[in-house]
Amino acid sequence: MKPPPFGYSRPESVADALATLARLGPDGKVLAGGQSLLPILSMRLAAPHHLVDINRLSELGYVRVEGGDVRVGALARHAQVLADLPARAAQPLLGKALRLVAHATIRNRGTTVGSIVHADPSGEMTAVLALLGGTVRVATTAGERDVPARDFFVGPLESAVQPGELAVSATFPVLPPRAGTAFVEVARRNGDYAVCGVGALVELDADGAVSSARTAYLSVSPTPLVLDLTDAIGSEPDFAAAAVAAREQVEPEPDIHASADYRRHLAGVLTERALREAHAEALERSGRD
Amino acid sequence: MTDELFDVRLVVNGAAHDVRVPARRLLSDTLRHDLQLTGTHVGCEHGVCGACTVLVGGAPMRSCLLLTVSMDGAAITTVEGLTEADGALSAVQQAFVDCHGLQCGFCTPGFLTTITAGLRANPDPTEEQARELIGGNLCRCTGYQNIVRSVLRAAELQRERAAT
Ligand SMILES: Cc1cc2nc3c(=O)[nH]c(=O)nc-3n(C[C@H](O)[C@H](O)[C@H](O)COP(=O)(O)OP(=O)(O)OC[C@H]3O[C@@H](n4cnc5c(N)ncnc54)[C@H](O)[C@@H]3O)c2cc1C
Ligand code: FES
Ligand code: FES
Repeated sequence: MKPPPFGYSRPESVADALATLARLGPDGKVLAGGQSLLPILSMRLAAPHHLVDINRLSELGYVRVEGGDVRVGALARHAQVLADLPARAAQPLLGKALRLVAHATIRNRGTTVGSIVHADPSGEMTAVLALLGGTVRVATTAGERDVPARDFFVGPLESAVQPGELAVSATFPVLPPRAGTAFVEVARRNGDYAVCGVGALVELDADGAVSSARTAYLSVSPTPLVLDLTDAIGSEPDFAAAAVAAREQVEPEPDIHASADYRRHLAGVLTERALREAHAEALERSGRD
Repeated sequence: MTDELFDVRLVVNGAAHDVRVPARRLLSDTLRHDLQLTGTHVGCEHGVCGACTVLVGGAPMRSCLLLTVSMDGAAITTVEGLTEADGALSAVQQAFVDCHGLQCGFCTPGFLTTITAGLRANPDPTEEQARELIGGNLCRCTGYQNIVRSVLRAAELQRERAAT
């Protein structure tokens, strides 16, 4: 359980980091909080040639509400984002999902952007980015590009970030008026990766009818799965019908933690629960509760 | 590949230490092997059990998930650094004695550091908050009940000590 040998650089600025990553090309690997990378190295599931440690890039340690987005810098730890009241007020789903990400001790070091780049289909923040339609800003020495969530997640543990690139920030659109969110999951213990989890975003029209109902899923698909359940839920709203539609559309795989059937069952139950909660919040935020 | 060595300064329990380590040296191994501070225990070495938890700038972190080289300049508190200045047991340590919060003691250093930081953030936890606080640490012996009691007793002891 010891990592294999590797080279190491610790740039002091983003420019310096990008130059180092450009020089290393496919040999370079970014080290952020290390809360996913260190276990992988210790178990020797990967053997990168050279780590580029971004923990000194304090210029990326920010959380900002700007325009219609919450922008989270690549060095903002999960705990810092979770403690940021303006960001949580602007997009309450951030707080609801982050308190389910691992344990407080892991959140003290792990970064939110790192967990998104890691692209684990059981990571809460990947699902949040996908559900809200956020973006990731990726930089090289040549410039920056913004990658929308739907193009960002390529496969399990595979994102659009290429060798030589650094993800510098991620954006999460703020919650529109007359909208509500929820995040619910089932895990073996608090803080463990979820057996299944569901994030929900419900929007109402001016008359209080459901105009949009979307859900995102943990641990039931190779990349974050987002479902549009607006038609299934109807304007009533019929939460049970939405749960049936969700059960039909998820494609879980069995593993040592749960069978595919059990995950499908959970996806239905949690869809209903998340939509009810999000709908209640949308009503409340429309002054209709 | 021969390991390049890096000079790293760590301030551990208030004392500065200079070490030369390869980039792959885990902080848990530096504490235990290079600095001979064997109070920090190592169980799983992949972030799951919490036995290796230390405080970095006061915040609990898994020392098995930190590279020593990345921690250059950091202020670290291990279980050895939790006692009072006069060597007396801290409130959290005393509470573990009072409430039988340990049996074999393997997990204890991680619990003590985690709870010490947790009670700084929330000096008067409810029983539910006490359970949540220790949710990231595994213990194979106690069944946790006495550890939850220890958290609540430590909070009480801290208040008593502050009053005197
Ligand atoms: C016991 C345990 C339980 C956990 N439970 C959960 C959980 O329930 N839910 C959850 O979501 N996560 C969980 N995690 C993972 C945690 O959230 C990690 O913090 C996160 O997955 C990775 O963030 P990091 O900053 O530590 O990234 P690192 O581990 O440093 O990096 C992860 C990967 O992303 C790449 N990377 C990171 N940042 C960048 C960047 N800015 N640019 C380019 N590439 C980058 C790295 O090269 C690496 O490939 C758990 C971890 C542990 C140890
Ligand atoms: S040894 Fe670090 S968490 Fe288990
Ligand atoms: S006291 Fe033995 S593992 Fe906790």
